[in-house]
Amino acid sequence: MSMSGSLTQDTIQGPPPPPIDRGWGGGGSGSGGGEGRGADRRASFTALFVLLAASTMVFAAFTSAFVVRKGLSDDWVSMPKPPILLVNTLVLLASSFALDLSRRALKAGNRSRFNLWWSAGTGLGVLFLAGQAVAWHQLLQAGVFVATNPSSSFFYVLTASHAFHLVGGLAALVYVDIQAWRLQLGPAKRTTIDIAALFWHFLDGLWVYLMILFYVWG
Amino acid sequence: MSSPHAHQAHAPQGFIRKYVFSLDHKVIGIQYYFLGLFSVLIGMSLSLLMRYHMVNPNVSVGWFGKLWPTAAAGGIMTPELYLSLMTMHGTIMVFFVLTTVPQSGFGNYFLPIQIGAEDMAFPVLNMMSFWTTFLALVVMVSAFFVQGGAPLAGWTAYPPLSAAGRITGPGEGMGQNLWIISIAIFCGASLMGAINFIATLVDLRCKGMTLMRMPLTCWTWLVTAILGLLGFAVLLAAGVLLILDRTVGTSFFLPAGLMINDKIITGHSGGSPLLWQHLFWFFGHPEVYIAILPGMGVASQLLSTFSRKPVYGYKAMVYAILSIGFLGFLVWGHHMFMSGLNPYSAMAFATLTMCIGVPSAIKTFNWLGTLWGGKIHFTTAMLFALGFVSLFVTGGVSGIFLGQPALDLYFHDTYFVVGHFHMIMGVAAIFGMFGGTYFWFPKMFGRMMNETIGKIHFYATFIGVYAIFTPMHMLGIVGNPRRYADFTNVEYLSGVMNVHQFMSYAAYLTAAVQVLFLFNLFWSLKKGKPATENPWNCTTLEWGIPSPPPFDNFAGVHPVVYRGAYEYSLPGVKEDYVMQTDPTPVRTEA
Repeated sequence: MSMSGSLTQDTIQGPPPPPIDRGWGGGGSGSGGGEGRGADRRASFTALFVLLAASTMVFAAFTSAFVVRKGLSDDWVSMPKPPILLVNTLVLLASSFALDLSRRALKAGNRSRFNLWWSAGTGLGVLFLAGQAVAWHQLLQAGVFVATNPSSSFFYVLTASHAFHLVGGLAALVYVDIQAWRLQLGPAKRTTIDIAALFWHFLDGLWVYLMILFYVWG
Repeated sequence: MSSPHAHQAHAPQGFIRKYVFSLDHKVIGIQYYFLGLFSVLIGMSLSLLMRYHMVNPNVSVGWFGKLWPTAAAGGIMTPELYLSLMTMHGTIMVFFVLTTVPQSGFGNYFLPIQIGAEDMAFPVLNMMSFWTTFLALVVMVSAFFVQGGAPLAGWTAYPPLSAAGRITGPGEGMGQNLWIISIAIFCGASLMGAINFIATLVDLRCKGMTLMRMPLTCWTWLVTAILGLLGFAVLLAAGVLLILDRTVGTSFFLPAGLMINDKIITGHSGGSPLLWQHLFWFFGHPEVYIAILPGMGVASQLLSTFSRKPVYGYKAMVYAILSIGFLGFLVWGHHMFMSGLNPYSAMAFATLTMCIGVPSAIKTFNWLGTLWGGKIHFTTAMLFALGFVSLFVTGGVSGIFLGQPALDLYFHDTYFVVGHFHMIMGVAAIFGMFGGTYFWFPKMFGRMMNETIGKIHFYATFIGVYAIFTPMHMLGIVGNPRRYADFTNVEYLSGVMNVHQFMSYAAYLTAAVQVLFLFNLFWSLKKGKPATENPWNCTTLEWGIPSPPPFDNFAGVHPVVYRGAYEYSLPGVKEDYVMQTDPTPVRTEA
């Protein structure tokens, strides 16, 4: 027997051709599935979760900097939190809730209810962003700037990064909304709806996390 | 599911859509490759200028003065100019060459083909990722041309030097800002690329392509994408904090009472340069594996193909790749033994660092096991793969020294470190790229590269890089500090100036030899011998389609995979390789 064959067990025993659907994946979906070039539904979800992992890492990095910077020195002065932040939090939670009702309506086949709830969710999202603008404005009026104190530095950095994500999420919500009202929401756009809503829920959870961070440690 | 004969997609015909803003992963891969080639030429030129200056610090060179009227007035480089060359050399090489070519270049081209997909999962995202990288390169190079020139803070951009602004040196004004902006843009591009790689690999594998049948190159591209995803996200966050310290006066990284260039820095307090180091190296260490992992994949592929034997211990290789990726996130502290790290933390980081030696050794021994008893074909590609293994071992062994806190205290700021990381992260990864180029060029461009020129290129480069980087270890042991522009007046180093001379000459010669490679590359593009479909008798999917592949890779046919990636020299089979798409059962008498 030659040396080369003996190095891998399964090649010398020579089984019949291995079953093609064994093991993990390789089921032949996606571009191999004949839907043409581009992403299919599963790849879109994978991409979303990968994106969320990256966003989570960005905020984890900020958080670790937050913890280290706070523990490192005695110059941390907790900044005043504008009360409107709590209102904003409720608005964002409500927008997530509306999107969920909207998706339930779609599942039940009720398109007009979907459109209404989705628009409500989108509107609340815009309202949240406006509320954030008010919160930043109030802080600036009160003389709390980015460089005033590490506490305010982190507040601006984290809320601005969150808002940056939110603008992206809002673009997706608005896109779906326009398509919905123009009655152009075919079955192929289900993926867009699901992805947009999931991303929005993530931003919602992220915001709650940031609020806890600021109110408890900030 | 579809019929096996779906209609074939056709390529766009216009020049802009076909070659510039192309959505085709193959064109994008080639774009990345040439972006990397352009970058490596800049990076290499900078290193030659540095090597020249180190041995001739007081020789006036006319065109230096013309190029940099203030930084090299009278044709003599200032130490600050030297530092800016060093910073840009490191940055361009690490980000735009080592990160870009093995992953985004070869990965983009061959990942979809090797898993039997028509394209990446998100072609538009793929295109955006390339052009964002291009923008990052433009911004980075533009740092040379702004007032004060390129930044001085090294590719690691340590504060306070990188954070305190113009006062710390000429390049620390606009130049450093552009550096941070460029890196932030690059992070964005890498994130887009990583999303695409992971989604493609997870969801677009063709029928029968289970994870354990993937070529090892695909495994390394996957793990590299994961490392890039998590690492660049952290670097992006750190970059945001750094630029805020520079522009709006926050104090993330700057403590109070800093005295720089005889002036007290005011307006900052309470920040910590160590915080940057932690954030940076949390990215920076995985970055080392981003650079080297795809090279490991290419080496495995080539060693198996050209010794006509299966990869020894395929599964062990997969688990070694995965554990290198995982451990890579736990060892960043070994870059900071000198930074005032708690000795207990240093101990932990040192132990984890030694742990990485285990999967690395598994890989090395499996490469040797693959070679053992094989029918070795010494093609140029194979020579570069062997060179990769050699450099990986050489560079890895010096890493074991540096991973010990007690030794690192001595070695850390010496040339020992420069020798170490150039061997393992720089040259080994470059050898992976050369190997990949000689191996895949026929598939990418439909023509063979010249083997004779290729072999001369290999031997000269192999000897050349050892001649440049081996003496650096010696200099490190002598105590020759790194990052300094001029050693000529240092008494205890007077005895090693001739070693510096030798390294500089070796660098000039090795750089000159690369002209052979460039000639071979561009000449073969036009005049090379036409390549057949499978010139190397290789088993993976890309060798079952025409060279160069059609627009949608498989001409409308959906490939089905029946076996693992490295079935060479199976007993009882006439040919010494069996393609992954070959359904014929292999029955043998043991």
